[in-house]
Amino acid sequence: MKAVLEGSHAVSEAVRMARVAVMSAYPITPQTHIVEALSEYCADGTMDARFICVESEHSAMAAVIGAASGGVRTFTATSSHGLALMHELLHWASAARLPIVMAEVNRALGPGWNIWMDQTDSLAQRDTGWIQLYCEDGQEALDTTLQAFRLAEAVNLPVMVVLDAFFLSHTYEPVDVPDQAAVDRFLPPLDPRIKLDYGDICAMSQMAPPGVYMEMRRDIQKGFERVPGAFAETEAAFADVFGRGYGVMEAVACDDAETILVLTGTAAGTGRQVIDALRAEGEKVGMLKLKMFRPFPVREIRSVLGGAQKVAVVDRNFSFGASGIFAQEIRAALYNGKSHPPVFGYIAGLGGRDVTVDTLETIYRMTRERETPEAESVWVGLN
Amino acid sequence: MAIRDFLRERFFPHMWCPGCGHGIVLNNMLRAIQTLGMSKNEIAMVSGIGCSSRISGYVDFHTLHTIHGRALAFATGLKMSMPELNVIVPMGDGDALSIGGNHFIHACRRNIAMTALVMNNRIYGMTGGQFSPLSGYGTLATTAPYTNIDHGFDVVDLAISAGATFVARTTTYHAKQMADIIREAIIHDGFSVVEIMTQCPTYFGRKNKLGDASNMMEWMKDITTPVGSKAKEENPDLIERGIFVQKELPEYCSEYNKVIERAMKGRS
Ligand SMILES: Cc1ncc(C[n+]2csc(CCOP(=O)(O)OP(=O)(O)O)c2C)c(N)n1
Ligand code: SF4
Repeated sequence: MKAVLEGSHAVSEAVRMARVAVMSAYPITPQTHIVEALSEYCADGTMDARFICVESEHSAMAAVIGAASGGVRTFTATSSHGLALMHELLHWASAARLPIVMAEVNRALGPGWNIWMDQTDSLAQRDTGWIQLYCEDGQEALDTTLQAFRLAEAVNLPVMVVLDAFFLSHTYEPVDVPDQAAVDRFLPPLDPRIKLDYGDICAMSQMAPPGVYMEMRRDIQKGFERVPGAFAETEAAFADVFGRGYGVMEAVACDDAETILVLTGTAAGTGRQVIDALRAEGEKVGMLKLKMFRPFPVREIRSVLGGAQKVAVVDRNFSFGASGIFAQEIRAALYNGKSHPPVFGYIAGLGGRDVTVDTLETIYRMTRERETPEAESVWVGLN
Repeated sequence: MAIRDFLRERFFPHMWCPGCGHGIVLNNMLRAIQTLGMSKNEIAMVSGIGCSSRISGYVDFHTLHTIHGRALAFATGLKMSMPELNVIVPMGDGDALSIGGNHFIHACRRNIAMTALVMNNRIYGMTGGQFSPLSGYGTLATTAPYTNIDHGFDVVDLAISAGATFVARTTTYHAKQMADIIREAIIHDGFSVVEIMTQCPTYFGRKNKLGDASNMMEWMKDITTPVGSKAKEENPDLIERGIFVQKELPEYCSEYNKVIERAMKGRS
């Protein structure tokens, strides 16, 4: 059924239909609408679930880890400082191999208090062992949330579904909301591999001395190595039921492209328009929309970008003392490949500044005019 | 100094809703400070995040607008590096006792000289009316559409048992008392806690059908009574207001200096 939904509610609808059993969250703008809807569903009986209101995000993730240890499907949502406060528990959730799903709304970190779009919060959590999936629009947010549960449960790793603040979280769009029976066909009940069992005593998260710790870490990485296969399987099953799919990335007009723009989140939507306009002018330009950030899809990146003459990465985030984070990762991915086109890094749209058609066209022209990048990062649209 | 000189007028109009009690707190806090005759440079205000915490944007003192729940921790660091400052820490009930609850009890215990103002509107105003640890059993909030089952803290009892050496409660209805209490709290050499019951007509008032801001203020008049009043004996449900604790105990910064002296054994 088509409905006009806010991005946040596309996520909460997916969580409702995923039959999550326990949720916990602490309010923070611009994530709050997601959990407000869910707490209402718990309270009025729409969902047979428990919603735990806690005193901070740190406690929210701890509560969800506790619930997941009991072998039930769990969900939380946060943003910005809330995610930063969860940091300790993010490591814990992945190393405990719990299939928790979290919606994270990309918002800037302070000081300079700012509630608007910026990707640094989620990207700063790249080493915590969470699968990260970035969404372009409301439909993708709904679909990815549903997929996230199946993927997480296939590999026993937590998944972060990432949405742009306001541009996605608070924008109303027509979204196809599937019916429960279809979702049930796609997403069977959780059959937990890790759970506290009334009949079988076990000790979780015990001390791990040097003799075992390294193997445990290697096992987590093995889990990550299984993600591409599990994601493909998830997408195939999703396409069977719903006829849609996204891939770990999407290459738009890349086959003969000399310059490829790499975009994420809602900026990819703007990118589609820019590619059409530039192609109409005869420019050989393409776009790579990156959806999966962890695990980083190195093989696919090489195959799409390796053939281009130039790559321009638009980062709505920054790693101080280095460069934009997507650009960093793409440079590293290309380095050991057969061909490595120069990677032009652009910083745009921090703290809610809009990335417009003009911004992207400027970036394209700047890239086209230069043989090699003038710096690791060029800041675009500064006042 | 005129009250207006304490304001950063360039940041006005303020962001509070019409009828919000936070403005009354700002007003009476400034009146208290005015009677103390302090210069602006002697005062530092450290706040966290919330509608209440925006107060630090509007006053022309040294101000630090910090992280949700952490204002007291930041303030402790500031006070230890600049002990001569008068540090005032306004906080919402969520800021002070939910995410910041741990800092709150430890600041009380440490008895470091600063003034914590808990602007208690019994709800998370800024994020849209979710219940807080002060909403209380049976209240309504966006996250408790069918009534809240969490029991609330009593800020005064909590502060007393955690060791604060000045503990008081007042309301936005009792504006004159509020200014007097804040004045005493600032002068006090130790950790002072003032709970100020205030109204959030937009969320707590609307959700709990308490009428508009003036109805809510009348209500706060009706449900409170001066400390030790006879009315309390007759109606134990009344909430007492006034000063509960005002005692001298060694203050943290001075004690710290004594430790240094002891360690130095007279050397310099
Ligand atoms: C780590 C973190 N989590 C959540 C938030 C979002 N947040 C901002 S203010 C607030 C609560 C405000 O309530 P309160 O402290 O009672 O103040 P009021 O707005 O009612 O004055 C919350 C949850 C945040 N800024 N940082
Ligand atoms: S939401 Fe409530 S606390 Fe916030 S400004 Fe409005 S009335 Fe005041």
